Amino acid sequence: MEAIDARGLSCPQPVILLKQALDKKPAECRILVDNRTALENTTRYAENAGYHTSYTQEKSDFLLVASK
Amino acid sequence: MKNKGKVIGAGLLIGIAAVILVYQGNPANMGFCIACFIRDTAGAVGIHRADTVQYIRPEIIGLILGAFILAFLRKEFQPKGGSSPMTRFVLGFFVMIGALMFLGCPLRMVLRIGGGDWNAILGLVGFVIGIVIGVVFLKQGYSLRRTYTLPMIEGLALPITQVILLVLVMAAPAFIFFSESGPGSMRAPIFLTLIVGLVVGMAAQYTRLCMAGGIRDVLLFKDWTLLAGFIAIFVGALVLNMIFGFFHPGFAEQPVAHTDGLWNMIGMVSVGFGSVLLGGCPMRQLILAGEGNTDSAITVVGLFVGGAFAHNFGLASSPKGPTANGQIAVIIGIIVMAVIAVMNTKKSAT
Repeated sequence: MEAIDARGLSCPQPVILLKQALDKKPAECRILVDNRTALENTTRYAENAGYHTSYTQEKSDFLLVASK
Repeated sequence: MKNKGKVIGAGLLIGIAAVILVYQGNPANMGFCIACFIRDTAGAVGIHRADTVQYIRPEIIGLILGAFILAFLRKEFQPKGGSSPMTRFVLGFFVMIGALMFLGCPLRMVLRIGGGDWNAILGLVGFVIGIVIGVVFLKQGYSLRRTYTLPMIEGLALPITQVILLVLVMAAPAFIFFSESGPGSMRAPIFLTLIVGLVVGMAAQYTRLCMAGGIRDVLLFKDWTLLAGFIAIFVGALVLNMIFGFFHPGFAEQPVAHTDGLWNMIGMVSVGFGSVLLGGCPMRQLILAGEGNTDSAITVVGLFVGGAFAHNFGLASSPKGPTANGQIAVIIGIIVMAVIAVMNTKKSAT
């Protein structure tokens, strides 16, 4: 399982980090982001890459889980 | 797909709104121009004295406050910053120099094409080249530093400044400059421009629309969502321009434009490159600043200072064409951007 901390990174860094992780075709990848734009962008990328997504929110952070 | 629909809707709205502002008095093909309008505002407070481009543009105020209001309502207003602020200031400065070489930000570039100004197609070519250069660095690991959460007052500073500017433009005290001729004298009514700015600011906040992001995301992720918005702005403006009889295709004698194709292109190379390094086009910087991002607020200040310098030192083009000083400044800008890109690129981005 891949895990990424993309908090504090501005567009498009979180998506680039997610792309690098998903290019290795993991069964599951978790990415932590701290704003809704990054959440939406990473979700869209993961879904386009064929992953199912879900997220949980803790204060202002979002944990996105992308799984096959 | 649902997301793409929203972005297209926002794009059409912006394209149509821009032409309505022209119909109501804004300069031709300049319903919106983030670069020109920030420059006009800098002139209105006397930081430059080019007397044809001085006016506090309520569109800019509306964009920032519209984004601020909607972000607040959606609980997305988050004061943060600390991601290489001085670097962002410098990038903002040189993006403005490049935009004033071309005579427009990426948004006005699309509006110009939608009005039949084919000079802007060369601008678009340059813009794409600049984005491609930026994407090469992104792929190599270019990244500015992380942001941190900041106190509320930090994120409120720029929106509050906009409220003060709004009071100034409405009260029109003697120390604020209002152009009596030239583009700065051409303005749709304050109330209308403010409302349109607010609505467009909200639409842009809601959809994250970004001119540079559109092309970048296609190159980087094969994601067409934002580019669909970019195209929708063009379509919206084109259709309404045709209905109003504002569509005049050609190169010669286009409004607030010049025909030096090479420098139209090079100017926009620097805008595209700088926008990718910043993470968004000038319009997107206004929206992010409204959401409490103080790095974007600093970028807006960079644009503002760049606009003032451009007119104080004869760097901005005129309809007659570019100036030698401007050409030197744009080249320096591209070199500075390249240095910034190299210095912030490392294989594993932290």
